[in-house]
Amino acid sequence: MTKMAQLMQWVDDRFPATKVWNEHLAEYYAPKNFNFWYFFGSLALLVLVNQILTGIWLTMNYTPTGEGAYASVEFIMRDVEWGWLLRYMHSTGASAFFAVVYLHMFRGLIYGSFRKPRELVWLFGMIIFVLLMAEAFMGYLLPWGNMSYWGAQVIINLFSAIPVYGADIVEWIRGDFLISGATLTRFFALHVVALPMALLLMVFLHIVALHKVGSNNPDGIEIKKYKDENGIPLDGIPFHPYYTVKDIVGVAGFLFIFCLIIFFAPEMGGFFLEPPNFTPADPLKTPAHIAPVWYFTPYYSILRAVPDQQLGVVAMAASLIVMFFLPWLDRAKVKSVRYKHWSFKLWVGLFVICFIILGYLGMKGPTPMRTLVAQICTVYYFAFFFLMPWWSTWGETKPVPERVTH
Amino acid sequence: MSNDGVDNGKRRFLTLATSAVGAVGAIGIAVPFIQSWNPSAKAQAAGAPVNVKLDKLEEGQMIRVEYQGLPYFVVKRSETIIEQLKNTKFDLKDPKSENPAQQPAYVDNETRSIRPDIVVLKGICTHLGCVPQHKKVTEVDWGGGFFCPCHGSRFDLSGRVFAGVPASDNLEVPEYSYVSDNEIIIGVGEGAA
Repeated sequence: MTKMAQLMQWVDDRFPATKVWNEHLAEYYAPKNFNFWYFFGSLALLVLVNQILTGIWLTMNYTPTGEGAYASVEFIMRDVEWGWLLRYMHSTGASAFFAVVYLHMFRGLIYGSFRKPRELVWLFGMIIFVLLMAEAFMGYLLPWGNMSYWGAQVIINLFSAIPVYGADIVEWIRGDFLISGATLTRFFALHVVALPMALLLMVFLHIVALHKVGSNNPDGIEIKKYKDENGIPLDGIPFHPYYTVKDIVGVAGFLFIFCLIIFFAPEMGGFFLEPPNFTPADPLKTPAHIAPVWYFTPYYSILRAVPDQQLGVVAMAASLIVMFFLPWLDRAKVKSVRYKHWSFKLWVGLFVICFIILGYLGMKGPTPMRTLVAQICTVYYFAFFFLMPWWSTWGETKPVPERVTH
Repeated sequence: MSNDGVDNGKRRFLTLATSAVGAVGAIGIAVPFIQSWNPSAKAQAAGAPVNVKLDKLEEGQMIRVEYQGLPYFVVKRSETIIEQLKNTKFDLKDPKSENPAQQPAYVDNETRSIRPDIVVLKGICTHLGCVPQHKKVTEVDWGGGFFCPCHGSRFDLSGRVFAGVPASDNLEVPEYSYVSDNEIIIGVGEGAA
């Protein structure tokens, strides 16, 4: 045995290093027919690392107080060497995170990746999504700009819709009679310590659950059905090196776009960093038009579409909760869009259109016409989910192949 | 290890008792964590009542004061406006101010004020907490009042919410009282001082 092998043996006797490496990379067999859509899981991991690294570096110069927060962000932008880059990597990373996660979820939707036996993979993923929304929301308060302030005002006040205790709960969340430094410091603690830890734990569980059941693929069939004499799936290839190398191509493509935004349009014309956030938080001056960042706007539109406050909050919460039930709503005989009845494409296509329209309307001020359109899209949003047990059984499915196609 | 001669009933009792004591301990230690999120003594001290002098307030004008860090509106209404508000031609959700949470009991439900001309309102939209803008009678075609720029909620000059807007409740009338003919104090209700 070489010295290196001896060292490895010494470690393996004390810690399952080789075993973990093999189970999750070198001998984790993924279907060989992954396509473009399968980039986004590993890209989400990349963005998570980007957020954690740049986030740690930002805290080195950020001051989490009502008096100092705004100035410290400007200090990072102007006086700290490369501070502007770290901050733009973090703020653009937030938007990139949602872009990548939305595409990752869409992949799951069209290929039926949430179906049995991957229900827990989906549920862990949904928890990650909700944690990510909380993380992004609290992070957006930290620059202490006026949009940070009023955006947080609107979202925290959603809790006032809770019967009887609403007002007290809102005061408890804020820690003051209005959003103040007390709110900022607790959001800071949650944003940099509590939620990232919860996120990392859920990402860990998401991957452990995935590796237990194995990855789905664009054909929506199980590769574990046909194995060779060594028990290796005939249509599987080791994740490392095959998919690690493939994912590097995805990383290169992603970084190309990511860098273009960071260097040439870090504010993205107000989509990633909104104009009112370049003035400090002012509790006595509401910005003329309050809109959340783009990744929240579809749900915000749903909130506004309902003319009753409490029901609006309920509808917005329901629009997220209903997604958790997806594994039990889809009753189609096959998983993948490739073999489903054509009506599936119609339902999903309209859903995507409605989602984008809701997102667009959420950025705009309300007019009667826009509210009506938002109401129509909201009705469709819920119809898509609630009627899925019915429409997903429509029509004839195409025959599913025994082995993956490519 | 042999389980012979084990009193299972006793074992179950001890397990339950230990768990129950542990649960009580967990609830106990949760209290400081939860209570520490309440407004601190400093925040409560900063939220003391505010006096507002009315002698320079002209009819149709509004004074904006800060109390507990939030904006409060004090508007002086003319006789004609008070008449118009009484016989309003607009569709309101709660024209008679029947929701007791939105104003103190000593405030007249029709004018939503102690004295008919002076109305005091918390300048926070009952929808999602934005600050509505004051619109004078001459500025808009809906009789004047308050317009919330966030989601388009409208309130009349008594702070009563219009039908067909996202907010469900009238603007809140805070606890306030008259110190003299020309001065009010926000935060201290009638009979409280």
